[in-house]
Amino acid sequence: MESAISLNNVKKTYGEVNALSGITFEVKKNIIFGLVGPDGAGKSTLIRILCGLLKPDEGVIRILGKEMPKDYNMIKDDIGYLSQKFSLYTDLTVDENIEFIAQIHGVKKFHERRDELLEFTRMKKYRKFLAGNLSGGMKQKLALACTLIYKPKLLFLDEPTTGVDPVSRREFWLILAGLLKEDITVFISTPYMEEAERFNEIALIENGKILAVDTPAGIKQKISNTVLEIVCTPARKAYEVISDSGDDEVQLFGDRVNVILEGKNSSEDRVVNLLKNNGVTIQDLRKSNPSLENAFIHLLKESA
Amino acid sequence: MRAIIDFMVKEFLQFLRDPKMFAVVLIAPVIQLVFLGYAANRDLNDVKTCILDNDRSNSSRDFISAFEKSGYFSVIQYSENYSELEREIDLGNALIAIVIPDDFEKNMNSGKTSNVQVIFDGSDGNKASVAAGYVMSVASSYGSKIFIERFEKSGIKVPPAGSIESVTRVWYNPDLTTRDFMLPSIVGLVLIIITVNMTSLAIVKEREIGTLEQLLVTPVKPYQLILGKLLPFTVIGLVAVTLVLAVMIFWFGIEVKGSISFLFFCSLIFMLSTLGLGLFVSTVSKSQQQAMVTSAFLVIMPMIFLSGFAFPIESMPKIIQYVTYIIPLKYFTVIIRGIVLKGLTIADLWLELSILFLLGVVILVFSSLRFKKSME
Repeated sequence: MESAISLNNVKKTYGEVNALSGITFEVKKNIIFGLVGPDGAGKSTLIRILCGLLKPDEGVIRILGKEMPKDYNMIKDDIGYLSQKFSLYTDLTVDENIEFIAQIHGVKKFHERRDELLEFTRMKKYRKFLAGNLSGGMKQKLALACTLIYKPKLLFLDEPTTGVDPVSRREFWLILAGLLKEDITVFISTPYMEEAERFNEIALIENGKILAVDTPAGIKQKISNTVLEIVCTPARKAYEVISDSGDDEVQLFGDRVNVILEGKNSSEDRVVNLLKNNGVTIQDLRKSNPSLENAFIHLLKESA
Repeated sequence: MRAIIDFMVKEFLQFLRDPKMFAVVLIAPVIQLVFLGYAANRDLNDVKTCILDNDRSNSSRDFISAFEKSGYFSVIQYSENYSELEREIDLGNALIAIVIPDDFEKNMNSGKTSNVQVIFDGSDGNKASVAAGYVMSVASSYGSKIFIERFEKSGIKVPPAGSIESVTRVWYNPDLTTRDFMLPSIVGLVLIIITVNMTSLAIVKEREIGTLEQLLVTPVKPYQLILGKLLPFTVIGLVAVTLVLAVMIFWFGIEVKGSISFLFFCSLIFMLSTLGLGLFVSTVSKSQQQAMVTSAFLVIMPMIFLSGFAFPIESMPKIIQYVTYIIPLKYFTVIIRGIVLKGLTIADLWLELSILFLLGVVILVFSSLRFKKSME
């Protein structure tokens, strides 16, 4: 089957800064694909290039089988884009916003689909509200409904859950999961690792480079070793001690450290003794499977 | 086509929903017109005058009453001495002062020329020169009256030889009132303010909130976007012209001598330029504040100063006069004054109209290309 998106060595610079340095990956059809990375990693730049809003300096991009940006006009009705900030008409109502987007895509019979979408996003009560008066979460759902009204085959969502409350966020994910029944590919960017678990596949991006592309499980398997999660005080001291001993990889998370036991002589006992000898009090210690976050930090250190 | 109509519908919906914008378009032009109608008055009917009569004779009183009776002057003070008179001028209470020397009657009776000093407050040169004109005419007609009286007293008949008298007829604006001259050109001013400001604001607003970018991902073409934005403001501009004309005709009683439909047609041609300029401002402004300032200083102010609306072009330095050739409002001011005051038709105004049309096309095409480029 043909890929929804295929990228080969895509580069983009802003003056001296390398925003994207040689991006290559494929996105299969009918999945939720996540582009995961910290702020400033190049997520928005990549999405904007894929939507045709920016031109890459180099590289080959094919979207739904069409070459970008040459054949861009052929796919405009097939793609939807939700930008990072709310960009609909705040002085139009929910209904009017959806109607306008439908019309400029040449969709005349949108009424039934609109009812369906408002039902689906549980926005029916608010259809006569001005978009500017909606809450952050509802705005995001409206924006999603607007992009879905013309049934695009490929949907780009740039950090749709950033700044949205946890309840709305959860609801948003449920709506997205329900979408997959509709023959649609969703390409989504997020800085939140915990959200990445929800994607069928993810690409980890940092500093304009792709660190890995795989399923969440596949990414986690990149760390085969056991992870020790140690809650202790002072955590920073613990981090420094283990880090200086040089044998194991250690990651600091607030009041705890995660130690990936990968050194030749590494063992739980060695770490515990090391901490005790250096005056670190251990409150809790457990063995766990590596999380995506562990894997990401691990990959990051590896690439550095 | 369909997309353009959808755009216009959306634009009108947004416009009607914004009470501030609504007020700007419908109320501001009317208020502006009413204020300017009363304020734009350069006529001088009541020159405040001080008189220092050092002679205090029959002749000097006669001379003074000639001024009082002329209807142009109102004497605010008969000064006792020179410094009192000076003070009135300094304080701005009097525009002119007349000083009659103590030998006024003596000189007149002995057939010599009597000099009368007239002092003007020249800080407003325009006013002073108008007042000077009045003084000249009163003084000279008084002079000739004395002359004829003398002849008659001496028993000599004035020969009925050919003399020349110029009889003045003022056409188009018989009372020479500034208001009749100024008000029609306010149509142009209102059109500029509304279309340049509103067009640029509406586009920049979309850029600010990000909807412009959102539209780029849709199949909407740049030309559809431009037309969808400009056409609603064309309609709004015509509504404003209608309002301004209504106030002009029904409130100020200025009759439109020419064809009203031709006037609307010319307004449409003029709007090619103003909408184009609005579009241009939107391509150089990142925020709505920037758009406001840019349209005020880059478009509206130069238009007002260089179009002959505020100052006559003939009295500008040559080099500035050349600059005025590219000011669309210059041609529109000529056209609208011509239609309203003189009843001119396309036969008289074709040149101005063609230039206006060409300017409009050039501005609009240039701005559209810039806009298209800014979208990529």
